[in-house]
Amino acid sequence: MQAAEMNAVRAAESLLALSQQEELVDLPNHSLSASEDEGDSDGERKHQKLLESIGSLDGKKRWKLAERSEACLKVSEFNVCSEGSGEKLLLSDLLEPAKTSSSLAAVKKQLNRVKSKKAVELPLNKEEVERIHREVAFNKTSQTLSKWDPIVLKNRQAEQLVFPLEKEQPNFVPIEHVLSSWKARTPLEQEVFNLLYKNKQPVTDPLLTPLEKASLKAMSLEEAKMRRAELQRARALQSYYEARARREKKIKSKKYHKIVKKGKAKKALKEFEQLQKVNPAAALEELEKIEKARMMERMSLKHQNSGKWAKSKAIMAKYDLEARQAMQEQLAKNKELTQKLQVVSESEGENGAEEEELLVPDAVNEVQMCADGPNPWMLRNCNSDAKGEVQKDPEQPPEPVVQEVSESEDERPGAEEEILLHEFEERRSLRKRSELSQNAEPVGSQETKDSSCQEVLSELKLLTQKLNQKNHQSRKQKVSSVRTVLQVQKEECALEEEEPVLLQRPERVQTLEDLEDLGHEEYSQNKELPRPVMEEEKAEKTSNNQTDAPKEKKKKEQMIDLQNLLTTKSPSVKLLAVPTAVEELEDEEEKHQKQIIKEAFAGDDVIRDFLKEKKEAVKANKPKDVDLTLPGWGEWGGIGLKPSAKKRRRFLIKAPEGPPRKDKNLPNVIISEKRNIHAAAHQVRVLPYPFTHHQQFERTVQTPIGSTWNTQRAFQKLTTPKVVTKPGHIIKPIKAEDVGYCSSSRSDLSVTQSNPKRPSGHHKKQLKKISRD
Amino acid sequence: MKVKMLSRNPDNYVRETKLDLQRVPRNYDPTLHPFEVSREYVRALNATKLERVFAKPFLASLDGHRDGVNCLAKHPKSLATVLSGACDGEVRIWNLTKRKCIRTIQAHEGFVRGICTRFCGTSFFTVGDDKTVKQWKMDAPGYGEEEEPLHTILGKTVYTGIDHHWKDPAFATCGQQVDIWDEQRTNPICSMTWGFDSINSVKFNPIETFLLGSCASDRNIVLYDMRQATPLKKVILDMRTNTICWNPMEAFIFTAANEDYNLYTFDMRALDTPVMVHMDHVSAVLDVDYCPTGKEFVSASFDKSIRIFPVDRSRSREVYHTKRMQHVICVRWTADSKYIMCGSDEMNIRLWKANASEKLGVLASRERAAQDYNQKLKEKFQHHPNIKRIARHRHLPKSIYSQIQEQRIMREARRRKELNRRKHSKPGSVPVVSERKKHVVAVVK
Repeated sequence: MQAAEMNAVRAAESLLALSQQEELVDLPNHSLSASEDEGDSDGERKHQKLLESIGSLDGKKRWKLAERSEACLKVSEFNVCSEGSGEKLLLSDLLEPAKTSSSLAAVKKQLNRVKSKKAVELPLNKEEVERIHREVAFNKTSQTLSKWDPIVLKNRQAEQLVFPLEKEQPNFVPIEHVLSSWKARTPLEQEVFNLLYKNKQPVTDPLLTPLEKASLKAMSLEEAKMRRAELQRARALQSYYEARARREKKIKSKKYHKIVKKGKAKKALKEFEQLQKVNPAAALEELEKIEKARMMERMSLKHQNSGKWAKSKAIMAKYDLEARQAMQEQLAKNKELTQKLQVVSESEGENGAEEEELLVPDAVNEVQMCADGPNPWMLRNCNSDAKGEVQKDPEQPPEPVVQEVSESEDERPGAEEEILLHEFEERRSLRKRSELSQNAEPVGSQETKDSSCQEVLSELKLLTQKLNQKNHQSRKQKVSSVRTVLQVQKEECALEEEEPVLLQRPERVQTLEDLEDLGHEEYSQNKELPRPVMEEEKAEKTSNNQTDAPKEKKKKEQMIDLQNLLTTKSPSVKLLAVPTAVEELEDEEEKHQKQIIKEAFAGDDVIRDFLKEKKEAVKANKPKDVDLTLPGWGEWGGIGLKPSAKKRRRFLIKAPEGPPRKDKNLPNVIISEKRNIHAAAHQVRVLPYPFTHHQQFERTVQTPIGSTWNTQRAFQKLTTPKVVTKPGHIIKPIKAEDVGYCSSSRSDLSVTQSNPKRPSGHHKKQLKKISRD
Repeated sequence: MKVKMLSRNPDNYVRETKLDLQRVPRNYDPTLHPFEVSREYVRALNATKLERVFAKPFLASLDGHRDGVNCLAKHPKSLATVLSGACDGEVRIWNLTKRKCIRTIQAHEGFVRGICTRFCGTSFFTVGDDKTVKQWKMDAPGYGEEEEPLHTILGKTVYTGIDHHWKDPAFATCGQQVDIWDEQRTNPICSMTWGFDSINSVKFNPIETFLLGSCASDRNIVLYDMRQATPLKKVILDMRTNTICWNPMEAFIFTAANEDYNLYTFDMRALDTPVMVHMDHVSAVLDVDYCPTGKEFVSASFDKSIRIFPVDRSRSREVYHTKRMQHVICVRWTADSKYIMCGSDEMNIRLWKANASEKLGVLASRERAAQDYNQKLKEKFQHHPNIKRIARHRHLPKSIYSQIQEQRIMREARRRKELNRRKHSKPGSVPVVSERKKHVVAVVK
């Protein structure tokens, strides 16, 4: 190695000398040095030139000296002929004049240099030159490669690398290009092509046969346009129609159905009005129907805030505008239903309730009552009435319904609605008037406007009475079916007392037929207990049968009691005293259970056990004292003899107090500080390589990365894979352009071709520079 | 019909303003989720076990060659296309998706020594024992056309390897010397030589494309500069290097597959010490190829196995073998970094998954998240003894296993001997030589 280095140093030195020589030559005049050859003749010419320049220094031109003469006898070393004398021209002779003139300093210097010059060294052998070239080339390449250092480092340390690095642009070749390059070769292909060409089936882009083209040409432009437009229109219409049909078929939206319902209601109303004009009897029936529907709705408590839907909407209302609106609508509806009656009662109440009582049969009243019975609004309404009487007419109901409809219509904007509203108002007032007249008829003997209406009314009365009776019976039957066989006797006597309570809701049962609802009914009914109507009826009963009164009271109390305890029991069961016994039984059972549990775990005092255990653990872990006393040593020993206290004290080595226990201040914990062998098998014993301190490692293990302990974002960040590759994508080697470097514009091949086998002049210069370093 | 659906109370998740913090439906208070380390440990253990359960790397075997597969080449533009040359001079082109041979060419007489594709993927070059270099079209000849090479160059000596330039229409062959050819000419535009032994293989650098590396039978690796038409440097190792491969992401890194069972990763600027010595094979390493991501490489060995090494690890992370696979002569990592192909003595080309337990096909986002999480868990707990034991466990054929044991004993003996020598000689006279420096004999400038 050292020898090689020495060699290199020598080579460098020789090159240095060579370069110095060249520099020297370059100095005086450039024209000369440029086209200079290397060699011995070179030196001679240089010298001649130098002499010439020296000769021309003292103003006069000495052409004679410069001229070439024929070979003389003696040829001097420097090829200068001295005429005549054979004496040698010395360098010192030439130098003498130079001393005197100061302008020759530069020349002097040059001459001095020439004087000091050694002989040119031998050229380096081929191997060494090659070695130098290699070294230079290697250094250069290393330099070019070192530009990749930052990128490589960055990629190695990157948190995540996504391959392929560059974005791929898919390039699509148009089909014509593909087709044009493809030719039919096999006989089958050729046959197919022949067929195609026979029909002149085009293969490339405008896929129209000549025939089609001709037909296209045949139609005039306007005609074609019109036809196209027509076709387009037809197609569009068809598609619209289809789309609409499809949509309507699929629609599930509540809003849509609401609108549809409204439309239907409106239609029905119109029909009803027409019917009223044409056939009043039928209209009345219709009215009845509407009224019934309304009653049902009111009964069902549909529009309270207590439903599941309403509750959920109440929650959502804070954020959702639609939900809020729905809520409001619901409330409005509720209000409507409640207010309607008040309006009616006010208007009616003034007109006189007594007349009504006379006019309207009880059954009708009762129907009304039970329809409104479970409705708390109704209750309040009744309370507000001083008399507490029910004032209802079969003719009244249509009014609120109509109003409802009108109100629902109010929601729709537009002038039409206002007109409609006016109409409704007028109609309503008209009807009221008619009603008044009807009401007043028996008293004031006014003329009736509608005799047929009256007839219908009377019929209705009869009908309702019948219905009532029927309902009553059916109700009774149902109730009896519920009851146990044992209580038949009791039931018999109780039935009559129940009667008024039951009587109030024959319709209820008709509508809600399941027993489950009976419970609710009972509940609502009991709520209504303080109702004046009830009181009245009771009073009636007391007058009828005074002996029943205490029983009645007793029962009432009982009922209230039961309600507190069991709200879902069927009324019949509740009414009888049986359930209390059942309840007591249940209570007893619970107690019994508790007792059993107590007995089973009688001896267990967990806390005390734990404390005991802890005490033992503490004791076991305490360092023990060492007793070194030897009985019988220095004193008498034997059975029943103990070493003296003094001796024991002397030889007892007290154990040092250990470190405080970790669970010292934790009363309900035992911490064992023993090494767990089973856990040790899973633990790392040696600090793994990249970590320098055990704390680092512990910390990395202790930070959880799962989504159980981290937010979603943090989880994603913590679990990013180091290398991401896309399936099916070719990953190409990294390119200089990808990372922002500009690669050389010339291709490697062209550079190689332009290079001769030996390094170029540029290369040479660089080589020199490096060897000088 | 009543549609039942879940509805949450918006109070629990809706922010009042956008500036509010996101409502977290979960309480991340660490006191509420205790034992996180032990829970994650269990998860990591399960993930590691599952990884081993699902590790089934072998995908397919492409059979059709009638002699040992001597060389493989990837198509630069199509992932599904692979070219292979056999010892009987036959070249086959395979479709990996169909797992079928789509074309067969009798390219040479004797071995197909080397095969390489042009960067555009329209043609490929082969060299054979019949002293020819042939260029072939990638597409099959049309109906009625004969299977003929585009060009044939008849050389004076046998060519042992070929590689194509990554951008220019030039290729390099090796044999007695390294020749650089222009595709249009029948004579090399330059030939470079350094030493007199035959050269096994030559490889272009994929990034700085003017660089070449070659390895010769006289145990050395030589680097060349194509532009300056000169060799750059030579490193002599203990034993012969069979082939080298450049890292496709790091311009100055290459890995050499050596006869002394090891692979050496060099930084070409500092050849006197390899960056890493990769040891695990128990016989000569015949071929090496980098993963396109540049993070790993695969090596094929005479010991009938292939191994996958991370670039920065000296030990392999994976070993693949099958009962029927004989000496593996050539190996390639596919361009999408998902698969590995290896050609072996017993005429088959085998297709492996690069990641043994990876699920192929499209992953749902949740699946991917779970996969990433499991991967991170495995990384986190990789040092724990039980997890390490499971993760490292591989079944090996008896021959390899016993070889490993034997070599371990040999190595231990050598180490002990050196230790003893050091102990019993003058301090400093027997220096400690690191494993990396041990194998480099000399660097010639």
